[in-house]
Amino acid sequence: MNEQTEQKNQIPAKKTETAEQQIRRMSRRSILQGVGAVFLAGALDHWVNTRRTRQGIPWPLRRGLQINEEFWHDLASNRHLAPTFPPSQITHARTNGDVGLGEDQDIQDWQLKVSGLDTSNGGPSERVFHLDDIKKLPAYTIITQFKCIEGWSYIMQWKGARLADFMHAYPPPLRTDDNGNPLPPMDGMPAYPNFVSMMTPNKSYYVGLDVESALHPQTLLCYEMNGKPLTQEHGFPLRLIIPVKYGVKNIKRIGFIAYTNRRPADYWAEQGYDWYAEL
Amino acid sequence: MKRLEEKHTLAIRWFHWLNFPILATMIWSGLLIYWANDVYHIHLGSMNIHLFPGWFYHPKPAALTKKGHALWHLDYRLAEGMAWHFFFFWLFAVNGVLYVSYLILSGQWREVAPKKNSFKDALQVVLHDLHLRKAKPAQSKYNGAQRIAYTAIVIMGFGSLVTGVAIYKPTQFAWLTRLVGGYETARFLHFWLTMGYVAFFLVHIMQVVRSGWNNFRSMITGYALVEEETKQA
Repeated sequence: MNEQTEQKNQIPAKKTETAEQQIRRMSRRSILQGVGAVFLAGALDHWVNTRRTRQGIPWPLRRGLQINEEFWHDLASNRHLAPTFPPSQITHARTNGDVGLGEDQDIQDWQLKVSGLDTSNGGPSERVFHLDDIKKLPAYTIITQFKCIEGWSYIMQWKGARLADFMHAYPPPLRTDDNGNPLPPMDGMPAYPNFVSMMTPNKSYYVGLDVESALHPQTLLCYEMNGKPLTQEHGFPLRLIIPVKYGVKNIKRIGFIAYTNRRPADYWAEQGYDWYAEL
Repeated sequence: MKRLEEKHTLAIRWFHWLNFPILATMIWSGLLIYWANDVYHIHLGSMNIHLFPGWFYHPKPAALTKKGHALWHLDYRLAEGMAWHFFFFWLFAVNGVLYVSYLILSGQWREVAPKKNSFKDALQVVLHDLHLRKAKPAQSKYNGAQRIAYTAIVIMGFGSLVTGVAIYKPTQFAWLTRLVGGYETARFLHFWLTMGYVAFFLVHIMQVVRSGWNNFRSMITGYALVEEETKQA
């Protein structure tokens, strides 16, 4: 260090103060500030934890999640595909979560009820589908990494119909502008209602999806896993595979689908998790 | 006669002391997340240490067990952990980026980046600190070991950001996840970088205690008390 910078680095001492007194004063001030900061941090933590609960967590944390999810959701698009893998990397299936499954499902008793359909062409607003109706749609097979919000992941093969194809075949009404005119397509996608709600037949497990993710080309109404029909514990006969989201959104045994412009209820979002659960 | 010499600028001290609670919150909320799938082990010969054993998440000392109290609990708090982690992640990233930008723009990186002889110096520092070598190693603002440690911790911070984003958004940033070796590898690296911070912290605290009050005081006030005649060339 040369003489000049050394001069600059000295702070002018008060005339009456020795260097020792000066640094003691500065230390005192710094330590008081530090103690103050610790109390402030403690108070802030206490404040956060004592706020009203909004869907399972204090509202400041919920706001934080919402801002984050909106920010990252802006970056999400149908151009971002989840990575796919060769068959040699397929791993065994882990079973996790049985909320909404209840008793084993008999295929004769199963049906998929869809509500909120377009009635402008004279069709019904509700329709009932059976597995064969889904299998009539073009089938896609993908091998993706199924990621649980807990942190584990498995590479699995899924076969099913694109939810987008199903929606185009049995469309919900288009959103309208203030004058009631249907909105034009955006990013090549019809202006369907903003949200899709899905529920198990017993309605005890339910997920809400943003329509962009529902229309993602890798989002499947899935009936086969690793080359075999879905097992009971994996959601026989029809489940959702949505690789752009955590496992919690990949609802097993779909019994109901509804289209809506209001954000639907979501089982795990109500327990304090991020509503999008997007990857 | 003693005088004051500036050691750490105001900016450096802010970056340092802001990083402390931010990183602490990241590690704490990271533990809440890790608990949900705590898969990592350390194998030492035939010993197998699970990270982490149950008591770590939910310590119940015998004296308190009767009342059923735990000292703290880190279990069943995944949702809460994620909410804190993804919020403080921004603060950690911004503070880190500002710190590195400041080092570069102010030219102070020259005092932190390792030099050619830093690795040799670092060895001497370690030997000296372990009382295996008498002579005190050369030191400007930082010695060789400090240069390596303080540069490594910045690189580790960058690594945590990259692996963190690779886990958080493995579809939107699929290229990044691929770059760090895949989703599972990213999680592994993210975890062990954190363990690295804990190790850094322990050594750092030990060294600060060894260096004494004048040194610690310089990190809070910015100034160290030096003898007037000891001028460094």
